[in-house]
Amino acid sequence: MLALIHNETLKVLKKKRFYVILLILVVLIPVFTYAQMKIAQNSREKFDQDWRREITQQIADYQNTLGSDRIPEEWKTMRRIMIQQLQYYLDHDVNPNEPNGVTFTRTFMDNAVTLFIPLLIMAIASDIVSSERSTGTIKMLLTRPVRRWKILMSKWIVLMLFSGIIVLATALLSYLISGAVFGYGGWSFPLFSGFNLSGSDVHVESVHMMPSWLYLLMQCGLIWFSSLVVAALSFMVSVLVRSTAASIVTLMAVLIAGSILYNMASSWPTAKYLFMINLNLTSYLAGSPPPVEGMTLGFSLIVLAVWGVIALLIAFRVFTKQDMLN
Amino acid sequence: MTTSLHEDKRDVVLSVQQLKKRIGRKWIIEDVTFEVRAGEIFGFLGPNGAGKTTTIRMLVDLIKPTSGKITVCGYDVNRDPEQSLRFVGAIVENPEMYSFLTGWENLEQFARMVPDIDETRIHEVVDIVGMAKRIHDKVKNYSLGMRQRLGIAQALLVRPRLMILDEPTNGLDPLGIKELRTFIRQLADEGMAVFVSSHLLSEIQLMCDRVAIINHGRVLAVDDVENLLVGRNQYVIWMTKSPERARALLEQQDGVHLVQPHEGMIDETALLGLPEDYIITEMNTDLIAKVNQALLAAGMEVEGIQRVVPTLEQLFLEMTEGGGID
Repeated sequence: MLALIHNETLKVLKKKRFYVILLILVVLIPVFTYAQMKIAQNSREKFDQDWRREITQQIADYQNTLGSDRIPEEWKTMRRIMIQQLQYYLDHDVNPNEPNGVTFTRTFMDNAVTLFIPLLIMAIASDIVSSERSTGTIKMLLTRPVRRWKILMSKWIVLMLFSGIIVLATALLSYLISGAVFGYGGWSFPLFSGFNLSGSDVHVESVHMMPSWLYLLMQCGLIWFSSLVVAALSFMVSVLVRSTAASIVTLMAVLIAGSILYNMASSWPTAKYLFMINLNLTSYLAGSPPPVEGMTLGFSLIVLAVWGVIALLIAFRVFTKQDMLN
Repeated sequence: MTTSLHEDKRDVVLSVQQLKKRIGRKWIIEDVTFEVRAGEIFGFLGPNGAGKTTTIRMLVDLIKPTSGKITVCGYDVNRDPEQSLRFVGAIVENPEMYSFLTGWENLEQFARMVPDIDETRIHEVVDIVGMAKRIHDKVKNYSLGMRQRLGIAQALLVRPRLMILDEPTNGLDPLGIKELRTFIRQLADEGMAVFVSSHLLSEIQLMCDRVAIINHGRVLAVDDVENLLVGRNQYVIWMTKSPERARALLEQQDGVHLVQPHEGMIDETALLGLPEDYIITEMNTDLIAKVNQALLAAGMEVEGIQRVVPTLEQLFLEMTEGGGID
């Protein structure tokens, strides 16, 4: 098995797809860094370099809305929590909007979880079986004295490995690149987490503070988990479809459909069983409201796990029984 | 025959019993039974679409038979691929390798999938196929001939007892074909069982000891190659200075049948380079001397007599005459 994993790893590396992924990151992250820098500059000009004034202004804005009748009660609860957070930053003299490498990375990862990272994962996952079939090397691979499920298993293990590496590489590169502009600090910057939204109520009892490094770590873990599910699904499509392009397009279409549905899901509650709606695991960390009422981190993890396991079962079943006709 | 008595005693390496395969509703393979013994070159002869490749894919576990049994060295190929395929080296259709790896890296990939294959063995097979100079180049820069050699190296890697070659002369130049023939004979002399498929009768005649003829998914005959054409009429081409008179005389001979050019199923390449006014006859080759004498006695100068191997189509026509196949 180790030898098979060794083989598959070599194939992924030598095929240079992985380097293309890194290259994409290296090219795109500076673009976002530049945009972030512009935002920071703007707000600094607006508030005369004084972040305290900006925060105070924000608190005042929120407090005004609390008085309004037109705003639903649950929103007001959220606002109250936000005011508490901002007040905390003021009291402890930390600037929440001060850009630094860690903050940038955290925001970037939050935004990358539903489309960007899945796309990178798919670049490898969609190719790993279908390319062997379209180039005909599958004949060489399967005529060895090795059972088919072992070959597929080695491919899956390598895929899990590279999913993790891609998530880490994204985080690391965005930290390194943005840090060059904003500075490499911010590891211990306090963040609030543990928001518990059930129904329309916001439970604030469990809200607690967390240093940024821990938050980032948890974020990466959750993103890896949703990446694995995307990987399992593209793996399955890669087994079912001979062409790499076709399998990327299939999965991409599903993911984009998911991101469109995400905003419409509130009026279609059963959509919460679709995997695409559950990919945004990091939003539970940040405490933003889920697309469908009643969705929790645990629920999303289970839905994703079920999808992933079924996809893998289908992939293994088909691959071991399939006639390799061409 | 004494030789076949001798061969019967050799070990059966590959045994195929009542093989059948249905794809969809169509029976691709209806009845295939044969045995290949150690030290012999076994030809698998049939026109394109006869089921050769499907059969070969079943031999190496790429396709599961609908019914029937294939064993290699006593191990069932479908039930026990881990044991049986250890004895098999194969090239199915084209030798497709990972083009992004070097020849050496490709061999390393395959070596890792089989126990007890070390670097020394890779060096050995590289030397056997004479690739030492280019083995560290990327496969995508190889010519077709070099890919074939690498394919053979890959097949030899496991020290097989059964070598399966699917249309091995495809894409080779005449010199390459001759080399390949010598090489295959050498393998058989070392005790390997070699299974060669082809749609060219002449190729099988030159290369093989025994042959199975397959058409429409059925094996029509399994026999020694020498017996293949015994007792069958062959095409004989006569070249004389006075074709008109010769034609008249030949027509009178018993057992000689005149064939109009383009009427017979004769290999067109055999007619290239012949002088004009040749006469094609279909006759038993035992009669050639007698007919020649008759021509000479009538005062005709015979400039050339040429036997032409019938095409596969011709052979099928004769074999199935009245048989109702087709």
